[in-house]
Amino acid sequence: MAQEFTSRLHIPKAPFRPDEEPDFSYLDIPSPESSSKPEPLIDPNAIRHMAYGLVRVLDDDHKAKGEWHPQLSADKLRFGLKKMMHVRAFDDRMFAMQRQGKLCFYLKCTGEEAVAVAQAMALDQQDMCFPTYRQQGLLFARGYPVVDMMCQCLSNSRDNLKGRQLPVLYSWKEGGFFTVSGNLATQYCQAVGWAMASAYKGEDHIAAAWVGDGSTAEADVYHALQFSSTYQAPVILNVVNNQWAISTPQSFASAGTTFAARSLGFHIPGIRVDGNDFLAVYAVTQWAAQRARNGGGPTFIELFTYRVASHSTSDNPDAYRSPKEAELWPLGDPITRLKNHLISLGEWSEEQHLALQQELKESVTADWQEALSYGSLEEGPHWPLSSMFDDVFKELPQHLQIQRQKMEHGHE
Amino acid sequence: MSKMNMVQAINSALDIKMSQDPCVLVMGEDVGFFGGVFRCTEGLYQKHGPHRSLDMPIAEGGIIATAIGMGVNGLRPVVEIQFADYIYPAFDQIVSELARLRHRSGGEFWAPVTIRTPCGGGIRGGQTHSQSPEGIFTHVCGLKTVMPSNPYDAKGLLISAIEDDDPVLFFEPKRIYNGPFDGDHNKPSVSWANHPLGEVPEEHYSIPIGQATISQAGNDVTVLAYGTMVHVAAAAIKQSGIDAELIDLRSLVPLDLNTIANSVKKTGRCVVIHEATRTGGYGAELVAEVQEECFWHLLAPIERVTGWDTPYPHAFEWEYFPSQERIIEALQRTLENR
Repeated sequence: MAQEFTSRLHIPKAPFRPDEEPDFSYLDIPSPESSSKPEPLIDPNAIRHMAYGLVRVLDDDHKAKGEWHPQLSADKLRFGLKKMMHVRAFDDRMFAMQRQGKLCFYLKCTGEEAVAVAQAMALDQQDMCFPTYRQQGLLFARGYPVVDMMCQCLSNSRDNLKGRQLPVLYSWKEGGFFTVSGNLATQYCQAVGWAMASAYKGEDHIAAAWVGDGSTAEADVYHALQFSSTYQAPVILNVVNNQWAISTPQSFASAGTTFAARSLGFHIPGIRVDGNDFLAVYAVTQWAAQRARNGGGPTFIELFTYRVASHSTSDNPDAYRSPKEAELWPLGDPITRLKNHLISLGEWSEEQHLALQQELKESVTADWQEALSYGSLEEGPHWPLSSMFDDVFKELPQHLQIQRQKMEHGHE
Repeated sequence: MSKMNMVQAINSALDIKMSQDPCVLVMGEDVGFFGGVFRCTEGLYQKHGPHRSLDMPIAEGGIIATAIGMGVNGLRPVVEIQFADYIYPAFDQIVSELARLRHRSGGEFWAPVTIRTPCGGGIRGGQTHSQSPEGIFTHVCGLKTVMPSNPYDAKGLLISAIEDDDPVLFFEPKRIYNGPFDGDHNKPSVSWANHPLGEVPEEHYSIPIGQATISQAGNDVTVLAYGTMVHVAAAAIKQSGIDAELIDLRSLVPLDLNTIANSVKKTGRCVVIHEATRTGGYGAELVAEVQEECFWHLLAPIERVTGWDTPYPHAFEWEYFPSQERIIEALQRTLENR
């Protein structure tokens, strides 16, 4: 019998597995006043500490404090709140429809709504977004019709992607939302190329890209850091650290430090921000956009948040993490925090909130009915079968014409 | 008309497109100030500026990803991957992204990227500077794959590739950059100066992607080849005295099946040649297409002459390289079946 090894291999651990009581007291959560806001064109070496800090604006009493306070109008705050609530109502509806068998797959962003909504609002409408699959909030903030999103998820006759992609892998060229790949991190350095082209043409549009904590391990992330640094591309590189990559904790990719710190070797500012703080996310994104637009090059932002829902409809998180984590997450919920802030300003109320919640719920229900009227994956109608051969190339080459004919006639 | 070798013809195509269209730029490792390790981008940096002849960090995946982003934002990047052997770090970007962008986005996004890359052996490059990976890419839907065999075609096809709105992989057989090579390494090298296809117009012209050319007409057997092997096959045919029809495919995807089928229906015999490894190579696809189209016209089994299924060996390069002798044997075998 072979002798067992006495292994010295280090295996990172999850903070809490299902049978453990979460205790997040080990997290260092600074006050909003403790972060100073540098000039946008500052030398990255002068703000290395920001990669290890945490920019916050909303304090525990729902007041906006500190140098990063973006001083947004109440209208703008209400707009952000409404968009985040709309995303959540949409996610809840779509998740339920998947559970009822109407969709083959769905993926929520619960608890992370501030990331995409606040970032979209801090960017210009002409700036190009290279999202991953959990930034549906960008589409809401930029005004993509909800029915169109649903039609994509249903792969029906009105799906702008012609039934070719899994649900949630949206594409909206007109709105500056790049086609979501489904392969992780591949879009990250493409955003850098897009930004380089913008600079090449002398335009001032910038690009923004997102990856999750887990996929920072992909080579594409280092390509993006390297190329954006080399050519000082006007791009914002975001890492949404929601603590979990399906069942794998962020510690498998974080190397025992912050994700923001990863940009320091590339001489790119790395900023860590409270991802559940709408105002802080807005302020940091606005700063990075200003830096990029003024020739300061890339910024690397770690959005520190928590994935409240499962990774997707295909996994049960109770099997790999403590079910109490979300409730005990010390940075709270982004919608609740912005709501309380608006209430503290006298610009919102519990009644208005409940009424809006109800209105949005009814609105997504009506949208769902309309979307279903254009068909579903299981029952159709879909795009015409022959459309499968379109867009492989700009024009249909001879071999695809022949294959299409064979398919349509049902025999060789 | 001017005498050009393949390097000069490629350089001329790049220069013309960069002069015509401000959205065209070249990018890759050492392509800028230095002009490329094979000199294909020489002078472009000095003439068109450093931003249009971009030296890049050594990360092929990053280079292709960057080109895709540029393409999406309206530019027409022409990437040089220094050796085809170095293309694999970019495989995901080429296969999962570049090739499928238009389809997966319902036609919303595309990136008109041309990827130039020197391929093939015969230069004592060992296993990391000699590969012919075209068959890996012809298997991927959404990519066009091209391999010219002479300066005239190289310029015309490269201009077409740059003007194409689909991604094109443009393989450059480096053994014939400076002159045609008939497979006999003991002979002194020959330049393109005395070859009719070394006569290249200075101005813009294009050769459509997807059209093969009959290099040499004949009646008894059809020989399908591309790149360096066109010249080796021509020499083998000449030496054998066999009345063979030699087709230079030029474009692998899309493939000019009509020209191939017309020829094989006439000759009833076919030999397929490539330098790449055998199993699953593009030759297998050619054999399959020919037998589907021409089975009842065939008088003999279709022969394949290819590199062996081994890495390209440094010391035994000429035993690996499909030689005139191996081609002649295949031609003779196919003619034995009466």
